[in-house]
Amino acid sequence: MSLIELRHVSKRFGWLVVLDDVSLAIETGKSIVIIGASGTGKSVLLKHIVGLLKPDEGEVWFDGQRIDTLPERKLMDVRQRFGFLFQMGALFDSANVAENVGFPLVEHTHKAPDEIREIVQRKLALVGLPDVGKKMPAELSGGQKKRVALARAIALNPEVILYDEPTTGLDPIRSDVINELIIKLQRELQVTSIVVTHDMNSAFKIADRIVMLHEGHIIFDGTPAEIQKTDHPVVKRFVLGEASEMELAEIGKVAGTAPSPPIREIEGK
Amino acid sequence: MPVGMIERVGRNTNNTLAAFGDFCVFVARTILWIPTLFRWKNLRLLFPQMYEVGVRSVPVIAVTGAFIGMVLAIESHTTFKTIGQEYRLGSIINLSVVKQIGPVLAAVMLAGRIGGALTAELGTMNVTEQLDALRVMGADPIRYLVVPRFVACVLLTPILTIYSDLLGVIGGWLISVKFLGVPDAPYWYYSAQAVDNYQIFEGIVKSIFFGGAIGLISCYKGFTCGAGASGVGRACTESFVMSFIAIIILNFFFAQMLKEIYIAVYGIKGIF
Ligand SMILES: Nc1ncnc2c1ncn2[C@@H]1O[C@H](COP(=O)(O)OP(=O)(O)OP(=O)(O)O)[C@@H](O)[C@H]1O
Ligand SMILES: [Mg+2]
Repeated sequence: MSLIELRHVSKRFGWLVVLDDVSLAIETGKSIVIIGASGTGKSVLLKHIVGLLKPDEGEVWFDGQRIDTLPERKLMDVRQRFGFLFQMGALFDSANVAENVGFPLVEHTHKAPDEIREIVQRKLALVGLPDVGKKMPAELSGGQKKRVALARAIALNPEVILYDEPTTGLDPIRSDVINELIIKLQRELQVTSIVVTHDMNSAFKIADRIVMLHEGHIIFDGTPAEIQKTDHPVVKRFVLGEASEMELAEIGKVAGTAPSPPIREIEGK
Repeated sequence: MPVGMIERVGRNTNNTLAAFGDFCVFVARTILWIPTLFRWKNLRLLFPQMYEVGVRSVPVIAVTGAFIGMVLAIESHTTFKTIGQEYRLGSIINLSVVKQIGPVLAAVMLAGRIGGALTAELGTMNVTEQLDALRVMGADPIRYLVVPRFVACVLLTPILTIYSDLLGVIGGWLISVKFLGVPDAPYWYYSAQAVDNYQIFEGIVKSIFFGGAIGLISCYKGFTCGAGASGVGRACTESFVMSFIAIIILNFFFAQMLKEIYIAVYGIKGIF
């Protein structure tokens, strides 16, 4: 049975249809990677899974329970089983790094301060930042913030971790370390991971399954091996990182010059 | 065209009502969470807010209060002197300070100082997804952020108002007695006659509600602000304007209500 299930979920913001009848089932212990162009609603999809956004139509299920209709208080219990890495980190900027990482522990456990400090230290070491505990979030670089946020997301050893672009803004080496960390958490602790990413390297490395979102629909759902062989033009171009003639024409429109041909020629040489 | 206009009016009305409904839900949830604040673990959330709202407002509140008293003295002195009643200057100055201008201007000052700060802080947390982060980590942002701020406003606005009143009284006395030469004894005699405990109580009761309104409106505006820095900026402006209007309107209703209570309890009494 699947742990997380979206059933015919639709979501609009005003006139903008972001998700249009999306259905997706995710099994326990698997890593699923969600790809898609910027602004297609990947973050919106993640937020539906933890009830931060409610679908206009459709249902969200978690572990045999429908959660999109749960009142906030009941949702709190469900959410303790999740870790969520926000795209921008969402660190509390009035608290230092150690307090940020320790926040879920203070809120949800009755551990002694010493024990919490020790766990925080271990989680920070895990993301390669053992010495930043005393710093404020504003003093960190973008990539460091992201890693602190990751440490916070895994502080409670959640069953499900949702990563919104965990490697964006990191150097290639650090990205790879984070990839390995995601894999390690999944292998050793049977964590279910849902990873939104633009980074195809990391997608191929982490994924048991890749799902591509495009204009409100899921247009691809399969293994990494399958996506490399797909004939779907949009998916293929996304995987290879090639813009279409039409997308290139936009540059021409903005600059007021002739569209794509010149750019293509330079690339060809 | 008329149909379009009617539609627009209808939609605006709908939106306004929906927003008001949201605000009421927000208020109700804040009130429901208040009891949890007084658990030992949560009290730690309150003290930093008390400091922010209370201690840090003292200078502006002092300046506001003192200058109100001084200006009232200067302005009313001329009139009172013309009719040969400058001995009674204290009555009008102190009554105005304690009952009306003191509490209202102190509240307006606080709406600007803490209201703006609260909206900006919570609004920034909103647009940077920190509120969502709280929710995901199982901490209701209303319990965690709004309740301590609301309680700090409710507890400290009256205290700051008393402080502002005190400085207003001193300011009025300073100008009247020390600069305009009204004798000390009659000044205080007529002041005491005009201002009884009920008037002081009235000012304080009002200020509790002003504080509550400021806290709720500013937090609500922060929670519902639009995206980006511009959204936060707009929310701050709206929050101040709304708090100001709420204070003025509440003041009107309190004036009416408290007057009736006064008459019911003490009967009618003239100032002079
Ligand atoms: N709270 C909201 N209110 C209004 N519109 C929203 C809201 N959240 C998202 N949107 C809109 O929904 C669309 C999808 O947003 P989303 O953040 O999910 O994109 P994304 O796929 O995560 O993009 P990126 O890869 O750039 O992060 C965007 O057009 C965005 O403007
Ligand atoms: Mg996103």
